Amino acid sequence: MSVLAQQIVLGLLIGGLYGLAAAGLGLVFGVLKVLNVAHGELIMLGGYGAFWIVTLLGIDPFVSLALVVPLALLLGVALYVALFGFVVRADEETRVKNSLLIGFGLALALHALAVRLWTADERSVVVGYGGSVLSVGGLSLPLVRLASLAVAFALIGALHLLLTRWRWGKAVRAAAEDWQAALLTGIDVRRAYVLAFAMGTALAGAAGTLVSVGYSVSPSIGLEWTLKALIVIVLAGLGSTFGIFVGGLVLGVAEALSASMFGGPYREVAGLVLFVVILVARPRGLFGR
Amino acid sequence: MSARGTLARRNERAWAVGILVGLGALALLPLARPRDDVVNFVFVILLSITLAQSWNIAAGYAGQVNLGHAAFFGLGALVARTLWIAGTPIGLGMLAGTAVATAFALLIGVAAFRLRGAYFAIGTLALGEILRSTVNNVLPEISTLPVTVIGGYRLAHRFYLALALAALSVLVVAGLAGSRLGLGMQAIRDDEEAAEASGVGAVALKLTALALSTALAGLAGGLFAYYHISYYPAHPFSPHWTFDALLMTFIGGVGTLQGPVLGAVLYVALKEYLALRWVDLHLLIFGVLFIAIVLALPGGLVQAAARVRRLMSARGR
Repeated sequence: MSVLAQQIVLGLLIGGLYGLAAAGLGLVFGVLKVLNVAHGELIMLGGYGAFWIVTLLGIDPFVSLALVVPLALLLGVALYVALFGFVVRADEETRVKNSLLIGFGLALALHALAVRLWTADERSVVVGYGGSVLSVGGLSLPLVRLASLAVAFALIGALHLLLTRWRWGKAVRAAAEDWQAALLTGIDVRRAYVLAFAMGTALAGAAGTLVSVGYSVSPSIGLEWTLKALIVIVLAGLGSTFGIFVGGLVLGVAEALSASMFGGPYREVAGLVLFVVILVARPRGLFGR
Repeated sequence: MSARGTLARRNERAWAVGILVGLGALALLPLARPRDDVVNFVFVILLSITLAQSWNIAAGYAGQVNLGHAAFFGLGALVARTLWIAGTPIGLGMLAGTAVATAFALLIGVAAFRLRGAYFAIGTLALGEILRSTVNNVLPEISTLPVTVIGGYRLAHRFYLALALAALSVLVVAGLAGSRLGLGMQAIRDDEEAAEASGVGAVALKLTALALSTALAGLAGGLFAYYHISYYPAHPFSPHWTFDALLMTFIGGVGTLQGPVLGAVLYVALKEYLALRWVDLHLLIFGVLFIAIVLALPGGLVQAAARVRRLMSARGR
């Protein structure tokens, strides 16, 4: 029983990162109607960014977020201007198609670039308190992963506040609902798109940082994280930011349960089966509108 | 409108004849005793044409972007390989593989077609991944042909089979394009509600498109199993087969007869050239070049050619 509870706790801890990864992808998909299949590669880049900042500057990985997130914002603006800005000009169906193509090319290029620059080895950020474990009622909670979950939750909360309270956040939501109506009411839709894409990239960067601390990064983690993020989006639906976070937790727990019941190799399979069942039973997701 | 339609169909027929003549000419290639690497290179192009054309049926004609296409390629390969190694003739094995792939497609199609657009794409991607990781867990050992089979291995047999399948895929799409069935599929692609309202049975037609598409993919999988001496059983389930088919089709021109053929030739040749020219940088260059192609030719080669033709005729006037 306590083994099972421990598995569930570990599932919740990684689930928070799934939620964070999905929030970025969901923001871009929901607002721009663009499916960026290179989202996992952006997470990978965030992980390497954090790894090098921590290694070269010797600062704490959680502090490195203060550098990684702005850098990722800039990268997001650059990617939008150079690539995805051309995609959103097309009608909605062509957008999904062309974004798949561009995202695929981008994923390929970023993966090859990462292998070239940093080799294919797995890396993770090592911190002094990395081995510390918090024991609560017979359960052991790795301190780093617990902190990651808290940071992920805080970032989701910040995103929610930005989207609901901030002027430009509201503009982003309006553009997501109906860009033509948003344009008519005087909202600069192009700027809202740039902002949404940059915020999505920043969330990927933050998720990558947390992945490099509690887990590990290598150039090939991209596709796996893209898939996880897609699964969570469909599980939760695009309705609410917190819904996506909860969707991430659900996926984490489902994976942990199936791994402990059917063995490690079936971890992904159960998550995917859950995904397909929900996709068919509730095509708009658990919390979708 | 109808004059334009007839013109398009005549154009399509010309392409079909041209492609089949080209494939026919390729049948003479083994007579020239080419080096094995040349035959292998053409083989990969032919396999790619079949796979891209099979994906094009569901995505290009019926508008259903299936991102789990590799699952059907993989199933065809898995069944054909297993039966063949157990002593069944390869032809029978391939037919069995095709039957399994199609049956599986119909089974999941009923559920998956509740999803529309991007959700269908994501759902099929997950289905493909379920199969890939299950096969990877259940059959982790590499599959190698028995020594007796390797002794009798003739590359030319694989080559002719690939040629026949590529021709078959072109014939299927050519037959489909102008038929009542194909027109119904295109109506669904362009506007599902409007098509249903005018009496097109959307679900049945989408299932038919998926069945045709996955049957060809299953055959291509059988060819893969017949061609490769050793590979991991999960390899043909890898999502890169889906993405290759998708990329070739889009580069060429989705929903056209000639698009996947042109796309497959360009894609394979470009990748091969870059791999020889820039050994370890080739994927980086390929990715960047690929993005450039997509941005420069949003509708693929076929639309770009049409645009050039329009410009030429406008200047001629």
